[in-house]
Amino acid sequence: MSGRWEVVIGLEIHTQLATRAKIFSGASTAYGAEPNTQACLVDLGYPGVLPVLNGEVVRMAVKFGLAVNATIAPRSIFARKNYFYPDLPKGYQISQYELPIVEAGELFIHGDDGNDKRIGITRAHLEEDAGKSVHEGFGNSTGIDLNRAGTPLLEIVSEPDLRSAKEAVAYMRKIHSIVRYLEISDGNMQEGSFRCDANVSVRPRGQKELGTRAEIKNLNSFRFVEKAINFEIERQIGIIEDGREVVQETRLYDSDKDETRSMRSKEEANDYRYFPDPDLLPVEIDESYVEAVRKTLPELPDVKQQRFIDQYELKPADAEILTASRAFSDYFEDVAGATDATAQVAANWIIGDLSALLNKVGIEIQDSKIDANALAGLLDRIADKTISGKIAKEVFEAMWSGEGSADAIIAAKDLEQITDASAIEKIVDAVIAANPGQVAEYRAGKEKLLGFFVGQVMKETGGKANPGQVNKIIKGKLG
Amino acid sequence: MTTSGAIHQRSLRGLSDGLSQGEFSCRELTEALLSRIESYGPALNAFITVTADAALLQADRADKDRASGKSGPLTGLPIVHKDLFCTRGVRTTCGSNILGGFVSPYDATVVERLAEAGAVMLGKTNMDEFAMGSSNETSFYGAVSNPWNKRLSPGGSSGGSAAAVAARLVPAATGTDTGGSIRQPAALTGTVGLKPTYGRVSRYGMVAFASSLDQAGVITRTAEDAAMLLGVMAGFDERDSTSVNHPVPDYVAGLSKPVKGLKVGIVRQHFDEGLDAVCAARVRESLAALEEAGASLVEIDLPNIGLSVPTYYVVAPAECSSNLSRFDGVRFGHRCDDPEDLLDLYCRSRGEGFGAEVKRRIMTGTYVLSAGYYDAYYLKAQKVRQLISRDFKNAFEKVDVIAGPTAPTTAFAIGEKTDDPITMYLNDIYTIGANLAGLPGISVPCGFADGLPVGLQLVGPHFAEETILACAHQYQQLTSWHDEGPEEFA
Repeated sequence: MSGRWEVVIGLEIHTQLATRAKIFSGASTAYGAEPNTQACLVDLGYPGVLPVLNGEVVRMAVKFGLAVNATIAPRSIFARKNYFYPDLPKGYQISQYELPIVEAGELFIHGDDGNDKRIGITRAHLEEDAGKSVHEGFGNSTGIDLNRAGTPLLEIVSEPDLRSAKEAVAYMRKIHSIVRYLEISDGNMQEGSFRCDANVSVRPRGQKELGTRAEIKNLNSFRFVEKAINFEIERQIGIIEDGREVVQETRLYDSDKDETRSMRSKEEANDYRYFPDPDLLPVEIDESYVEAVRKTLPELPDVKQQRFIDQYELKPADAEILTASRAFSDYFEDVAGATDATAQVAANWIIGDLSALLNKVGIEIQDSKIDANALAGLLDRIADKTISGKIAKEVFEAMWSGEGSADAIIAAKDLEQITDASAIEKIVDAVIAANPGQVAEYRAGKEKLLGFFVGQVMKETGGKANPGQVNKIIKGKLG
Repeated sequence: MTTSGAIHQRSLRGLSDGLSQGEFSCRELTEALLSRIESYGPALNAFITVTADAALLQADRADKDRASGKSGPLTGLPIVHKDLFCTRGVRTTCGSNILGGFVSPYDATVVERLAEAGAVMLGKTNMDEFAMGSSNETSFYGAVSNPWNKRLSPGGSSGGSAAAVAARLVPAATGTDTGGSIRQPAALTGTVGLKPTYGRVSRYGMVAFASSLDQAGVITRTAEDAAMLLGVMAGFDERDSTSVNHPVPDYVAGLSKPVKGLKVGIVRQHFDEGLDAVCAARVRESLAALEEAGASLVEIDLPNIGLSVPTYYVVAPAECSSNLSRFDGVRFGHRCDDPEDLLDLYCRSRGEGFGAEVKRRIMTGTYVLSAGYYDAYYLKAQKVRQLISRDFKNAFEKVDVIAGPTAPTTAFAIGEKTDDPITMYLNDIYTIGANLAGLPGISVPCGFADGLPVGLQLVGPHFAEETILACAHQYQQLTSWHDEGPEEFA
């Protein structure tokens, strides 16, 4: 949105933490069970039951805090956020309010101007998820499924540092990448493990104070984040340019219609009556704990990206793609370590052909039907010129179909490259003899016909002739 | 008298001896008390539920265990529970209509530990609705009568437990104390009421009123019995994060510690114009008795204690307004008929389910937590609470226990204070401080004023249950107030 208006965006990302048990009870967090089979008395909010904090969520939150260079609060407090809703069994959500466990972090994205841009992270706090209201299948009533109630969430709140939908998505992807690197969340957006609320406002460029914001709730894909924010920006600019005022409100994004709709205004907003939860002790974290967690941190995406550039001499853009997920980067390193081909060739294959197939089939790289060693085997045959790049694609597809290793397929299909010059010459001679017209045209100066001759030779050899050699021989004979 | 004689006149200790010596069986004991509950319970309205059949089964098992030498510390001894302890398979009402029909699928930790020690549960006692009251008049199941005079209140909120013990229907009952709900009814019925240190006994399975103040305890006729029960109930519970992992001493063994040398603090502010003159005289006599036994009396100040009632009536309602949100008609308890929509479901289920006092406190609590009022009320109350705690801490640098009146008057008439909540709230003026500071307190009978019991309160430092129990026990060795029961229930 260049021009008169400046867009200001802040994101609140809700990450489901990958613990086996819930944040305040021993019930399982596994996804997709029969309704209400993974809700114990604590999750159901029965009279007399009490929450007990799962220490694992603290460790995960600290891990995140360290990964984004944040302050870990030595003492944080769980508070009650009070409101009535049928899928909120206790009538309050246990969350952190005044004293969150993580404060003042940062990360870097590629800004719209192409430079690295620092995005501040205001805070990250622990809280429990609510259950789910089910409206289908109950006639006039509503069903409640409390399996999700008490699932641990880390809510990550950014500073209003983002200036476009694109930057917002870049930031969200970065957080997504970090939580998966840290293995504190599976980041599964379809299952709701990673979702965000976007606070969007616009103001005249140069104005200091922020415009009135709207909060778009519950965006669960990168694409929706981008579209919802762009719609919202247009909507707000339209309102202002019409001389009206933007209303502070909560809005919902409808992906079918690609629009945001008002959900509730500020006046209708709840007074949540936050106060410290007297059932839970303050979370106290000492330095030795923080240091112990720090020791468990993996290499993070930014550091790994730089290492890939330095160590493997990759193009920066490729290094960024390869380090977006830990599994992706691990796969790359496994291939690069096992092949004689250059790392850049390995990168090209992974980012190109392999990613295309993975996307097409819809599986993750760790489930790839061609493992890193197998791909390395294929790249070796390219490197030693056993096969051409073109033939390699055929072999690659055969490998994906489970026909065996690169070597086995090359042997079985007799795909080995013809590099014997005398054999190629014979075929070239035959092609020249069969196409006197084209030979004459070529000799008359139509050099573009070189491709025609090469194509004919490749056709004759089933694509197995070494293209470079073919080129050279044809040129010699026709020159 | 408490250790021998008629079964119902005996203390737990006396019953335990009787069982051990084969004077009677657990079944005979249980039958005798059930028969008394049947005869006298209804007139007092002390019970919400009597679990006669289950009790007899437990008693038979206890007899077998005793015969085979497998008995625990309380095997075959009777107990009743205040009806806010969740009991598996037995309804738990909390004295409220909103829990009508609610049967807990689990046992509270207190219930579980007492059962494991062999105690036989005879039933569940009446109480102020959600423990909110000082007279047991807010119960949906009706007011409880004081065995000393049935027109009078037994105090509250553990009124049913206190009345049952005072009338010799049972030797011991559990209770809970958020602002005096064990000690005040004990004082008004001539029984012993022990509220332990906050965190000493697990709150798991207690329907919460005010989580930072609630504490489970017991009502008995002797400090010795209270010590026996506390030893079983106390201790860390991983299901309650606020329970404290602090060693549990042998409270019974600790009872023999003499009063001699004990420094007893007398709070100047406790003997002001709010205290009935005759009650004051009884309390002073009991202090003199302690002094005579070798204790030294030290006058102390608790400068901020006068703020304890207003502080309490901000903190407790704030917590209750949130704790009671789960009673929404969605998952358990009362639900209104034919709700039109969600809001109607909430409003009518809660409107019909809660009584006036509970509603008053939910509204007060909602108000003090609201945006714009939080700092002025809730936050300020928490600060004053810190000051009150500090006052106690300073005092305990000079004295071992603090002694004084439990309640400002003897039992008052049913209906006398129901129109004036503030006067009712002032009944807890001497007890609330211990809750705000999380301290253990005990009320022990110290005489009569116009034929009605008066209680002496002893408050100790955190986890000094041994000290206050020993002091109360030694006092009971010097006096026999606890042996005097209401004639009608002799």
